[in-house]
Amino acid sequence: MDWAQVGIVVLRVVLAFVLLLVATIINVWAERKVLADMQSRIGPQRAGPWGILQTVADGLKLFFKESVTPRKVELGMYLLAPFLAVVPAFLIFMMVPFGAPFMIGDREFALQGADLNIGLLFILAMSSLAVYSVVLAGWSSGSKYPLIGGVRATAQAISYEAAMGLAMVAVVMFTATQGEGGTLSLAEIVTRQGGTWGGIIPRWNVFPQVIAFVIFMVAIVAETNRAPFDLVEAEQELVGGFHTEYSGMRFAMFFLAEYVNIFSMSAIAATLFLGGWNGPTWEGTIPAFVSAILPTVWFLLKTYFIVFIFFWLRSTFPRLRYDQLMSLGWKRLIPAALTWIVVSSVAIGVRQFGLPWS
Amino acid sequence: MGMITELLKGLKVTGVTMLRTITGKEMVTTEYPKEMRHKPQRFHGRHVLNRYPDGMEKCIGCELCAGACPADCIYVRGMDNDPAEPISPGERFGYVYEINMLRCIFCGLCVEACPTEAITMTHLFEMSTTNREDAIYTRDELLMRPDGSVPHMFPEDELADHDELLTADGWVRATAPSGLAAYEGVQMWQGTPGPASWDPEPSQDVRDARSEPEDG
Repeated sequence: MDWAQVGIVVLRVVLAFVLLLVATIINVWAERKVLADMQSRIGPQRAGPWGILQTVADGLKLFFKESVTPRKVELGMYLLAPFLAVVPAFLIFMMVPFGAPFMIGDREFALQGADLNIGLLFILAMSSLAVYSVVLAGWSSGSKYPLIGGVRATAQAISYEAAMGLAMVAVVMFTATQGEGGTLSLAEIVTRQGGTWGGIIPRWNVFPQVIAFVIFMVAIVAETNRAPFDLVEAEQELVGGFHTEYSGMRFAMFFLAEYVNIFSMSAIAATLFLGGWNGPTWEGTIPAFVSAILPTVWFLLKTYFIVFIFFWLRSTFPRLRYDQLMSLGWKRLIPAALTWIVVSSVAIGVRQFGLPWS
Repeated sequence: MGMITELLKGLKVTGVTMLRTITGKEMVTTEYPKEMRHKPQRFHGRHVLNRYPDGMEKCIGCELCAGACPADCIYVRGMDNDPAEPISPGERFGYVYEINMLRCIFCGLCVEACPTEAITMTHLFEMSTTNREDAIYTRDELLMRPDGSVPHMFPEDELADHDELLTADGWVRATAPSGLAAYEGVQMWQGTPGPASWDPEPSQDVRDARSEPEDG
């Protein structure tokens, strides 16, 4: 057995895990700061410089609080649900390449948890699995509001998963024309977005696939249950939604899962549409160490750009009504995504094989 | 298409607000304990019992403040002055003077009722305590020291602003309409607690020249 290989794999996973945790801690703080700025407030500023340790303080507080278990809960499911929320959220990020692979000696070291050749399908599977946590939490709580939240989550997730998947299909089809055959591996999709068109426009999928990008953005906001699609935990109607009956560390797990999901989904959007870690590295002109770090910096910048859009949407738009949510999903996004698949496949076909009458 | 422009308009509002906040052009909240908001001159804060410039107490123990108080929060008992060593220039002085700050509604009627301007209000409003007894302010806490300073409830607090106790609410006596000929030359209102150090009421023509022309 090649122990160095095992070590590298473990190191990759740990690295991705740590990056995700740190990013999540910063995310929670950044959201509060951005929302405060958009409402002419100051926001958290007491814990650490600029209040950056606010999340750590909140987490510690929740950690030391009592986890109350209501009498009517279905105990097994009730205890399982928080973990079902966290695990898929972390697994999704394991697929995302967060930096250019580099060589240590004769071994390639990819900055990615794991490079599955069915990466995109795995992401879809995991994001569907995450819905189970909401549904189970809502059902097992033995209380009305969580149940309503859980039921809403089911319908919402099914509707928007379809739109998200269809937006991905367009990207996969386009990626197939950019290299040797089709691929579902995220590392490969990123590699194929390297370089530029005509030396100016980067070969990011967002430019040819702008409609798919918009649909994907709307779908991931709905998929992560964020405002304006946060009907699952609509505070004004459902108290806390599916996590009403959770407290202490169990609530913190749901909270963590939500923000991990935001970051993972933003990372996937950056990977699929904004070229992932691609960007100028100026190799040779600046120190080699900086060149090696730069791809990760580009990746984080792109991801945080999309995370910022999440915050922006939340601070701007009021929550949709339930029928509006459904009609947006089924009557607008899915038809739009299907139409876009047809349009882009016709365009790809014409570019590859010429016009049918010529 | 109409819907999308509306959505973009909404995003513009929050985006512009964010830029304005970051550049410091617009900020609603202040960092409160560190940074105090400006309080208007007539702000009704904690009370203070004043002294005359020679160190005599102004309170004569007449209990008019207690009578005027709508919340019944003032308790006063007067005591006869020792003629050899009087505490106040009147016949009696305020021997017991207590204000229950939990009941006080800070209306300022006690200030208006006081015939000697002994009780005035300051700009200090942070009076939270951890038990009810501490909320009852006695003579020791309310009475100004002979040197003109006012005792602070939390003198060790590093954020305590002692100047707040030296700014009075600038009260006006309700029974003396400004400009009445009989009050010409009488000192009417002050901006600091303690000895009278304010301008006397101006005469009618001076006041008219100073004030803005009336409507109609």
